[in-house]
Amino acid sequence: MAVMTKKTETAPALTIMTTDLRKAYGRKTVLDGIDLRVPAGTVFALLGPNGAGKTTTVRILSTLIEADGGQASVAGHDLAAAPEAVRRVIGVTGQFSAVDNLLSARENLILMADLYRLGRRPGRHRAAALLERFGLSEAADQPISTYSGGMRRRLDLAMTLVGEPRVIFLDEPTAGLDPRSRRELWAIVRELVADGVTIFLTTQYLEEADQLAGLIGVLDGGRIVAEGTVAELKRLVPGGHITVHFAGPAALTAAAVALAATGLVNEERATVAVDGDALTAQLPSDGSIGSLRSVLDRLDAAGIAVEDLSVHTPDLDDVFLALTGDRR
Amino acid sequence: MRNRTVTDTLTLLRRNLRHTVRYPSMTAGAIFGPVIVLLLFVGVLGKTLGSGLAASGGHPAHYIAYIAPGIIITAVAAGSMATAVAVCVDTTEGIVDRFRTMPVSRVAILAAHVINSVLSTIASTACVAAVSVLLGFRPHATVAQWLAAAGLLLFLTLALTWLAVAMGLVSATPEAASNAPMLIVFLPFVGSAFAPASSMPAGVRQFAEYQPFTPAIETVRGLLTGAPIGHNAVIALGWCVVLGAGGYAWAVAAFSRPAAH
Repeated sequence: MAVMTKKTETAPALTIMTTDLRKAYGRKTVLDGIDLRVPAGTVFALLGPNGAGKTTTVRILSTLIEADGGQASVAGHDLAAAPEAVRRVIGVTGQFSAVDNLLSARENLILMADLYRLGRRPGRHRAAALLERFGLSEAADQPISTYSGGMRRRLDLAMTLVGEPRVIFLDEPTAGLDPRSRRELWAIVRELVADGVTIFLTTQYLEEADQLAGLIGVLDGGRIVAEGTVAELKRLVPGGHITVHFAGPAALTAAAVALAATGLVNEERATVAVDGDALTAQLPSDGSIGSLRSVLDRLDAAGIAVEDLSVHTPDLDDVFLALTGDRR
Repeated sequence: MRNRTVTDTLTLLRRNLRHTVRYPSMTAGAIFGPVIVLLLFVGVLGKTLGSGLAASGGHPAHYIAYIAPGIIITAVAAGSMATAVAVCVDTTEGIVDRFRTMPVSRVAILAAHVINSVLSTIASTACVAAVSVLLGFRPHATVAQWLAAAGLLLFLTLALTWLAVAMGLVSATPEAASNAPMLIVFLPFVGSAFAPASSMPAGVRQFAEYQPFTPAIETVRGLLTGAPIGHNAVIALGWCVVLGAGGYAWAVAAFSRPAAH
């Protein structure tokens, strides 16, 4: 029997989907119509300054509060119609640690296992395995009051993983952590994604979004002001340039002539900004090796010695500042 | 498979009991407060108050026999402070928000708190009752009267616990939560716990007669010492129903809207 298959370009399965999500507290609008599409098995970063509405978005998507308007679904379950079904597939780790401070780490994990009804022995096994995986085995039975911020956050995430959620919300998971703890947490997030988990991350650290996320949504004032991959967002703002430093004014003047004489970067006419006091010449560049080489070749050909050279590529900071207004 | 609410309640109750056993300072406070008042009133003021009561007629010469039932009710009321603080700490620390995002019965979260608080209040009240027996309280009650008194105390504990849970839920900080039940804790003092309402000046007397604790105190006193009860038992039960139902409705309403961080 011949099986007819219709070859179509199927869109990737969406794990989180919101349409015109709205929330206001009194007269203060917190979310002003949010549309999100998060494909399964990816990391989505919601990036924004304090007060942009990041935590409110997470609280709505994790069934803690209800939206005033719009639709949202998580793993195919409508938030308003089937919050219980959503709760069965999600895990949440917020910026305020949600551990029981009066219990030990092991007891916290066993509590989670009992609430997920894993059964006594499997629950204890799972707790022990997570303690091991998160480097908490040694401190497992000590009071949590003796834990560092990083250990606490790891325990928090371990508790979230007890129920093996397919979708995890991480609300500013590394806020207040030292760089080392932050890196450890990133490594864990990467492992989870490798296992097929979908991660919804909020952060105000651009580096974090850059490191982890496939797609980034920039939230500002309750609206998504930009969305795309890291590369796409970076393309939104100009600002990349090469700065060449010279030994003396004579070399600088000669260089300015040599560089301006020909349109060199990206075949465009280069606008060279010369700073006589700093003895530098600055010209636009996308930061590629090619553009770098072409600058150096020109200077070489003109016999001008270069003291120093630096490359500035547009980073998410530029994007962030350009998109989220100049409130700073 | 057992009902999910029951399973979750048991799991969470185990957690709450662990808190109470490991950090018993609030429960201890619910014992020390009433015991210190008892020592003060019996040891320091007892002789004068006792002879005053005897002179006004109809009351036992030993003041402890009059005050002990009142102190036992005070112990029940004092338990509500520990309850409110425990609930507030729990809800402001984020762990309850975690439960809310899990497939956990929401009723179970409150039920576990209520059962834990009722159990610890029973324990603290029993301790206070034991101390008053040590100090010379000699109730002469039948088994049925003992059971009736215990039943009323349990009912009152349940009612006040729901009220205290609601107070804990609406308090922003543990400090506020420990202040909120002050009214409950001090209400027995402006009742017939230490002196008969009839001996008080007008105004205070009416308040003492019509507030919820006086009928409960009079009923327990009657059951344990043989003093007349009259309509007090029915009124006491009525108050328990009103306070309990009100506290329950308030707590459930407060719990359904999560605390804004």
